[in-house]
Amino acid sequence: MVPSPASWRTRGALGQALLGLATVVLLWWFAHSVRGGLAREGITLGFGFLHQPANFDIGERSGLRFTPEDTVGRAIVVGLVNTARIALVGSLLALILGFVVGTLRLVDNALLRGVMRAGVEVMRNTPLLLLLFLLIATLHTMPPPAHAFEPLPGVFLSDRGLVLPFPHTPRFVGFNFVGGTTLSPEFAALAAALVLHHGAHISEVVRGAILAIPRGQRDAALALGMSPWQVSRLVVIPQALRAMVPLLATNCVSLIKNSSLAVAIGFPDVVSVLNTTANQTGHGVEAMAIMLGVYLALSLGVASLLNVYNARILRRGA
Amino acid sequence: MIVWRDRWRRLARRPVAGAAAIILAATILLPLLRWGIVDARWRGDAAGCRAPDVGACWAFIGHKLPFILFGLYPPSERWRPAMATCVLMILLAISASPRRWQRWLLVVWIAGLGLVLLLLRGGFVLPRVATQDWGGLPVTVLLTLVGLAIGFPLGIALALGRRSRNVVTRIVAASIVEGVRGVPLIAVLYFAVLVVPLALRRGLTPDKLLLAQLAVAVFASAYLAEATRAGLQLVPRGRLDAALALGLSWWQSMRLVVLPEALRIVVPSYISIAVGFFQDTSLIVVIGLFDLLNTARLAAQDPDWLGFYTEAYVFVGLLYFVGSALISRYGLWLEQQLARGRAQA
Repeated sequence: MVPSPASWRTRGALGQALLGLATVVLLWWFAHSVRGGLAREGITLGFGFLHQPANFDIGERSGLRFTPEDTVGRAIVVGLVNTARIALVGSLLALILGFVVGTLRLVDNALLRGVMRAGVEVMRNTPLLLLLFLLIATLHTMPPPAHAFEPLPGVFLSDRGLVLPFPHTPRFVGFNFVGGTTLSPEFAALAAALVLHHGAHISEVVRGAILAIPRGQRDAALALGMSPWQVSRLVVIPQALRAMVPLLATNCVSLIKNSSLAVAIGFPDVVSVLNTTANQTGHGVEAMAIMLGVYLALSLGVASLLNVYNARILRRGA
Repeated sequence: MIVWRDRWRRLARRPVAGAAAIILAATILLPLLRWGIVDARWRGDAAGCRAPDVGACWAFIGHKLPFILFGLYPPSERWRPAMATCVLMILLAISASPRRWQRWLLVVWIAGLGLVLLLLRGGFVLPRVATQDWGGLPVTVLLTLVGLAIGFPLGIALALGRRSRNVVTRIVAASIVEGVRGVPLIAVLYFAVLVVPLALRRGLTPDKLLLAQLAVAVFASAYLAEATRAGLQLVPRGRLDAALALGLSWWQSMRLVVLPEALRIVVPSYISIAVGFFQDTSLIVVIGLFDLLNTARLAAQDPDWLGFYTEAYVFVGLLYFVGSALISRYGLWLEQQLARGRAQA
């Protein structure tokens, strides 16, 4: 017996109403119970605590001024800026690394391909947090600045972090380096871990996108008399790029989400600051709301940008 | 041999690229081999390892292996987590082949997981061990397996919900999936330990490990739902129409025709999600639980063996590598098995 469309529709409408009602009741019950739980602990919901003094310090401030007397709200802003800094540096370097490694995995040199493949496999098969722990432990066992290790000219590694030769070549004066840019061990470890891990994942995207271009395209371009470099630049890369943009974007979003691992090594990103806030003020619910809001805004923002991009590509008739 | 000679010839033809590759391999591989094997110390105590010119201290791993594998579990009872891990492995081995995916397997799994919980928690004649003291390998394996096992049916339900003709169902399913996928796992873990306990009644202190397990399951379900939805989209619309025309109900068509085909398509996605979760369970560090990675970190904080972090992380890194590689291999094998079954049908 095939049920008639009409009976389907009534059953569907009834089901929908029930599901909607159940969802609303569940959410209401959850909110109500949370409020009850908070009341028992003597906490009232509200964002007023953002204006209270923070009473905790933040080790890394990305150039902003911050003291424990400043407000909780300002502390969260410092955390957000720290997250933004790691996100920008991380995404940019991961994209570069991913493109370089992804291309090198296609070159006509078995040894080079093998080395790249081994690196990518190690990254893909071990947890990001493990790499992060390994890097921070290594940086903390570096010698003090006076005996800093110089892997490249002008670049110094010590237990105080990584010194880079911008804007000037660093010189060791007194107890520390001057003239260069100093990255804290936590920032350097987090950035390096995110770049290596996501660089490996991005390299797979790049490799896949290039391999997906039909072989005939390359052959045709070569037959037209283009040089291998011209073939890559004019035929392969433009097409591959279009296919990989959505995947690159999702990879960058997941890099930003993974930057929350900062909390495990004590880098004060937004999650870390909000967690401290929750423990200090008891306003865990509000802190969670801000945390979820920040990441949801980011993910949904990127998703809608991607939709616009896809629509444009479709309109162009690619 | 011929292949290798050929490769060397090709390398010799491009001296610059060849030299670069050899230098790259030498600067990475040689120091690694020297540290890990030639200069390594396999026996003895920490003092011996701290002597100059000693590479990796594998003696440390030898001494701390039970702790790395089982964490704070009472030393006299360590056979229990060891047995529990074995039971989990046997369960996995039994259910590897699609030929055994039948109803009795579900019963075996429920019984097996019951046995694992009994071993770890205690009861009857076994002394109780609180979940705070569980740690290491069994926690990692249990969180991954149970998280995926609960997340799988939930994920399928969410995927079907997102493709439902009913607006309310679609909205509810889509908000859950996008809401969870839009935030980091760490945020979900914090939500589970900071907010969820507030909603429960007074005096009812929820178990942290249980909350983490639920958080992992919910997180997994959202990712599995997206993978499943992609598979459902790839099943031609005609299949559902044909099944309906044969007189099957919508549920029957889904269960017997559309879902089996969709699930087969997305096996590779499921496998990469499984590998990801096997690794991401390590994030429970942030809420103070002890998985394999955290016990390794603690082992290197033992005053007697302070500072052998590199050895600890390289060792558990190898365990993770082997585990992840096995899951990936299994995925390839499963794809072949399912393709073969299809060719015969």
